[in-house]
Amino acid sequence: MKTYLPPKFIIERDQYRCTQCQACVSQCSFDANYYDAEDDEVRSREENCVGCHRCVVFCPTNAITVRENPSSYRRNESWTHEAIEDIIKQSETGGMLLTGMGTDKGYPIFWDHLLLNASQVTNPSIDPLREPMELTTYLGQKPDMVKLTSDSTDIETEITNQIKLDIPIMLTAMSYGAISLNTQESLARAATEAGTLWNTGEGGLHPSLRKYANNMVAQVASGRFGVHSEYLNMARVVEIKIGQGAKPGIGGHLPGEKVSLDVSATRMIPQGTDALSPAPQHDIYSIEDLSQLIYALKEATNYTKPISVKIAAVHNSAAIASGMVRAGADIIVLDGLRGSTGATPKIIRDNVGIPIELALAAVDERLRKEGIRNKASIVVAGGIRNSGDVTKAIALGADAVYIGTAALIALGCHVCQQCHTGKCAWGICTTNVGLTKRINPNIGTRRLTNLLNSWSLEIKDMLGGMGINAIESLRGNRLHLRGVGLSDTELKILGVRAAGS
Amino acid sequence: MKKLDKINNFYNDDKVIDACSIFGMMDTSGKCFSGKDIIKAIANMHDRGNGLGGGFAVYGLYPQYADFYAFHIMYFNHESRARLETYLEEHFYMLRAEEVPTNPTPNILKPPLVWRYFLKVRGGENSEQRQQDDYVVEKVMDINTRAKDAFVFSSGKNMAVFKGVGYPEEIAEYFCLEQYEGYLWTAHGRFPTNTPGWWGGAHPFNILDWTVVHNGEISSYGINRRYLEQFGYNCTMQTDTEVVAYAVDLLARKHGFPMEIIAKILAAPLWSEISRLPEKKQKMFRTLRQVYGSLLLNGPFTVIIAHQGEMVGLTDRIRLRPLVVGTKDSMLYLSSEESAIRLVCPHLDDARIPMGGEPVIGSLQNPLNSRKTAIQDPQSKTGEK
Repeated sequence: MKTYLPPKFIIERDQYRCTQCQACVSQCSFDANYYDAEDDEVRSREENCVGCHRCVVFCPTNAITVRENPSSYRRNESWTHEAIEDIIKQSETGGMLLTGMGTDKGYPIFWDHLLLNASQVTNPSIDPLREPMELTTYLGQKPDMVKLTSDSTDIETEITNQIKLDIPIMLTAMSYGAISLNTQESLARAATEAGTLWNTGEGGLHPSLRKYANNMVAQVASGRFGVHSEYLNMARVVEIKIGQGAKPGIGGHLPGEKVSLDVSATRMIPQGTDALSPAPQHDIYSIEDLSQLIYALKEATNYTKPISVKIAAVHNSAAIASGMVRAGADIIVLDGLRGSTGATPKIIRDNVGIPIELALAAVDERLRKEGIRNKASIVVAGGIRNSGDVTKAIALGADAVYIGTAALIALGCHVCQQCHTGKCAWGICTTNVGLTKRINPNIGTRRLTNLLNSWSLEIKDMLGGMGINAIESLRGNRLHLRGVGLSDTELKILGVRAAGS
Repeated sequence: MKKLDKINNFYNDDKVIDACSIFGMMDTSGKCFSGKDIIKAIANMHDRGNGLGGGFAVYGLYPQYADFYAFHIMYFNHESRARLETYLEEHFYMLRAEEVPTNPTPNILKPPLVWRYFLKVRGGENSEQRQQDDYVVEKVMDINTRAKDAFVFSSGKNMAVFKGVGYPEEIAEYFCLEQYEGYLWTAHGRFPTNTPGWWGGAHPFNILDWTVVHNGEISSYGINRRYLEQFGYNCTMQTDTEVVAYAVDLLARKHGFPMEIIAKILAAPLWSEISRLPEKKQKMFRTLRQVYGSLLLNGPFTVIIAHQGEMVGLTDRIRLRPLVVGTKDSMLYLSSEESAIRLVCPHLDDARIPMGGEPVIGSLQNPLNSRKTAIQDPQSKTGEK
């Protein structure tokens, strides 16, 4: 069938600069560049280009420019390019449209409507280069009060296992199989070096990464891939995944082609079979079932691991979160509308869920109203782009954040949204042996630790500016936030005053 | 319902911002002395305030009524007094009611009526102290948030707060404080930046027999306040000082911590300092910080916290506001400036600046120089004049 889709991108090659070296040909995993031997010339198949910029970056003479195809349809506010092209794709395939990464729609990003405070005159700002500045964060359940022995030299209260983070930024769940082993190794090593946690995702733990288990969150998802007693007991935190911001209410499907021998061993499923994660956890149809699974995992780990429960941010998040805390969760993870994924139906990604800022504000406030905020830590994920977002999330009430896309960008990702194709030219979201070699774990680890380090320096600077020298004094301290360009209702939900007031 | 926040925080800012002079002096042997010296000392730091608030707290003041809650209430008119007195009669057994004696002072303009009452909880003889205290806290909050034109600014036993709009030396003159005697005095001169000044908003801030005078701006106010709200404290005054007072009430009265530990919660040691402690202490301080992190007071402050028999000076952990400690025999002095101490006690045994976050505690239980001044039972001592 002749496709009616125009190329998305135009690849321009400066013929004066191009040496016909064919680097672009070998780098492109989507076959968008090829060498015409007859004419001794490198050419492009632009209909295949996804705009990942692998060829642009690796062209030794900077001869290539990739830009969006400027040819346009008749202007129509309702029938946008995207609306038209989605219908063309569906009429040519008859299937659901799949995509990767988080939604690219223009839903409001509340981080960009929140502004931080700084000290002037009435209190001094603190210079983190000269004064101590503390980012240390402990995740886990805290008791209502501490009881001391009668001579006040020791505590009687036994506090449950607390997880120490040197920086309040963790690396989110990305499973082996969805991402390559080299990518996961980079994440695991960077988390270990930076004193934070990485997350296995739902694909189990590859034996080569066991040495990083001390900084690992072991995920237990609906497919239960790779879950066994040793896996749970090696981890620092066990996380039950109920939902994901990029696909609330939807399960997962790792195609059989990606289930290589190594992946099959790690996931404990036959090689080449599809790895299907059901939409719900089939042993959790209600809140009391969640409580049973939480306590089953606590029993399995002899009450030594905090149990985290991750949900997608949806309309009733506050009530759901309150139930999760009462069900025994030590950490609750909220994944927002802009959360990312390796594969999701496009219609779900772009239309289901709520922005993380609103969910976070509502959940933190609800837990405080009910007097149970200390019973669980709150971690948010989904669209954290920089240290400003992190700082604002903490001021809204988060204990820590998860980053996913930002970490992958540090490794090379250019957010081309082709994760679901398994052809990632940057070698991140693929199990193709040729492509996975493009991530060198030594370099990957360095790029990630650099990123975490620069964010932590920036957070310290912002804290010092506010006259605060410990992160816990910012957590939930919404007086350090002001809203711009927000409605009264939005300000009320965020619990933030308008700038200037 | 009366909007206290509207009165005290006229422009509805995040909170009331003020800076100040503070002074505290205590005879740890329990001997009572007049207000003459502290008035002189706080007047010496006149320029640290701007005349929009001054106040004093005195302990050991009413030994003859030591078992009665001494309510000090300000009214705008006699009608509101009559109304509130009916309320007090309903909820308390009232031993005595009288107008607080005052002395016309040129710069004290439009003073409210100030009355004091000596009260017992009705039917409270058989209930525990903590229940009676909880009852009093509840009634004080009730009056202060609901009663029209009335405000309880002192509610402890055998102690009182005197405060108002004016320089502290003027307030002292107005309330004839030279004539009172106590074994522990604290004083405050205020420099608010965003309130026109209201009598109830001056320091010391009081609940039961706890008083706080405070110099600073607490940058962690937003979270301190939200944390305390979980325990039922309504921060109606929107001041840092109120937060300190409630935090101390929660930690001392409800959670049972001694002041040494409370200081280590409000000005918690750095994680790196904790990691260098012996193992048992490490565990204790780490747990305290993990659980009470939201009560860490961050940003510049010096406070003098006092209650029956104890006075504590504390700065933030990197000491961004001044505190000087002086001792002479059994006397302990705390001040924003050393000059104020030297003015009333030129020949100190010792004058020093404590480390950031290091509490300086004066206590009747543990008197200074006890070899020199032999001490009797502190309880009976406080009652003597």
